[in-house]
Amino acid sequence: MATKIMIPTPLRPFTDKLDAVDIDGATVGELLQNLTTKYAGLKQHLYAADGKLRSFVNVYVNDDDIRYLQKDLTPVKAGDTVSIIPSVAGGAPATAEALPQLSGDEIRRYSRHLIMPEVGVDGQRQLKAAKVLCIGAGGLGSPAAMYLAAAGVGTIGIVDFDVVDFSNLQRQLLHGTPDVGRPKLDSAKDRLNALNPNVHIETYDTALSSENALRLFEPYDVILDGTDNFPTRYLVNDACVLAGKPNAYGSIFRFEGQASVFGTKDGPCYRCLYPEPPPPGLVPSCAEGGVFGVLPGIIGVIQATETIKLVLGIGEPLIGRFLIYDALRMRFRELKLRKDADCPVCGTHPTVKKLIDYEQFCGVAPHQVAEAAAKTGGTGPGTDALTSRELQAELDRGDTVVILDVREPQEYQINRIPGSTLIPLGDLPKRYVELDPNANIVSQCKSGMRSAKAQEFLRSKGFTKVRNLTGGILGWIDQVDPSQPKY
Amino acid sequence: MAGIGLKAAVDAAIRAHGRETFPHECCGALVGREGVVHEAFALANTTEEGPRRRFLVRPDDYRVAEERARETGLDLLGFYHSHPDHPARPSQYDLDHAWPSFSYVIVSVMAGEDKELTSWRLNDDRAAFAEESVEARL
Repeated sequence: MATKIMIPTPLRPFTDKLDAVDIDGATVGELLQNLTTKYAGLKQHLYAADGKLRSFVNVYVNDDDIRYLQKDLTPVKAGDTVSIIPSVAGGAPATAEALPQLSGDEIRRYSRHLIMPEVGVDGQRQLKAAKVLCIGAGGLGSPAAMYLAAAGVGTIGIVDFDVVDFSNLQRQLLHGTPDVGRPKLDSAKDRLNALNPNVHIETYDTALSSENALRLFEPYDVILDGTDNFPTRYLVNDACVLAGKPNAYGSIFRFEGQASVFGTKDGPCYRCLYPEPPPPGLVPSCAEGGVFGVLPGIIGVIQATETIKLVLGIGEPLIGRFLIYDALRMRFRELKLRKDADCPVCGTHPTVKKLIDYEQFCGVAPHQVAEAAAKTGGTGPGTDALTSRELQAELDRGDTVVILDVREPQEYQINRIPGSTLIPLGDLPKRYVELDPNANIVSQCKSGMRSAKAQEFLRSKGFTKVRNLTGGILGWIDQVDPSQPKY
Repeated sequence: MAGIGLKAAVDAAIRAHGRETFPHECCGALVGREGVVHEAFALANTTEEGPRRRFLVRPDDYRVAEERARETGLDLLGFYHSHPDHPARPSQYDLDHAWPSFSYVIVSVMAGEDKELTSWRLNDDRAAFAEESVEARL
């Protein structure tokens, strides 16, 4: 009893150009056996050397794939149609040929990856070939770099110029207590090498800048943004778009974190969401506002997850989606992000075609002048300010000075100038009436920034004698009262 | 060296498809007659192994391609795909998965720009591909 077998186009040269042939057999296996006996040229194209059907050869009985029936043993009866239908597959060489091999040690180490089809040996080799650049070895960079190293990302670059401070240890797990005072790059390299000596750690002891960003990004596949300030965040975004590198973005503040993937070819960038930075000082930094220590653990690991998915090309990347995590309420929210055709960097007619001065763009240049002034102990140009030593001298003389501390109550609990009045900056607009507009006021915060804003605000309300304490409470501790703790 | 003819619109369509899906691979069917491709019929890349380095046309889409050729009175001549950031040379994976008698057109897309476009046919012994010339046709 003959069954009709449909022959696909590429095999017809071997069946005398017939698109259908009648063959005898009771099962699919018998049919194919008899088919390849009659048309011997078919055999090597249908069967691999081990005698099994090749993976890209699909055999259907009527509309059903025999893989889901009884395979070779699937019975065929009169009137059935058996079809040989190709899958067509291929691809660029990277996976099969150009990628590095895994050593025996690496195969043991990555075995939990290797047994998952989404990663497998080829995927692990892709990870080994991958190069990821972490901007910053702080709260976000720590967990991200540690998981990337453990996962076998072959080359991890780190850009940082800071040294480990006691206040870092609450969340920056790359660094331990004995590392305080060491360059972060040194402790990061030690920690990552201990986790996985197979990965190569490149360190860049520099601040990321418009001059060096594109050169630093060039050898890398993915950039992981672990920065804590707006100028660098815009710089990383723009450099990623210009260099065509995906940006695994994360940021944290107090109890809330954000993550997304920016800078992919069809996806939005950070500027599609925020074309302009917030006014300087509106959004406090972690140093000013604090950060929940475990928060960067969550966000940094999300960045590492997205980075690894991008390298492997698996799953749904966080492109065009903006994830917001609230640790206090333990909730994740997701906003849809669209690529903005008018985006100044990644839109259809970009206006930003090279890296700019991001300090100026974010309006933080005056801050740096104030900081520099605080460091030298002098007063900033054009601002009415005084140093802690000068304040101490006035108090010693018996001058009447109202010291207005504009920090938060939690900060006030840690350290304070004796006799100071606490009105947090945010409360000042409704509480300034408690102050005498003709009093001799010295505005003070942690380092001098918030107090400068308070000074400006009070002057706008008609206060005549408001001076800013340069260097804030930290300057007071350095210059006058070293017995108090710093934070 | 045998050859394949590509109409100008076909050449442009393959290149545009490669740019569009970059950094992922694109794929599609080549439909035509007597060695001249009249249409590049774009298909979805359904691979689950990472579309940066792989493409897969499933049996259902293959049937759609055959049907497309049949209904336009043409033949299925082969398939095309892109190699993002790689030269237009067939890989070992391409060879392992090749069908006989089809033309395999590969376009290299470097950093989002289409570059070299080549075409290949599997040797009878499956041991290698032979390059075939690509000719522009009206």
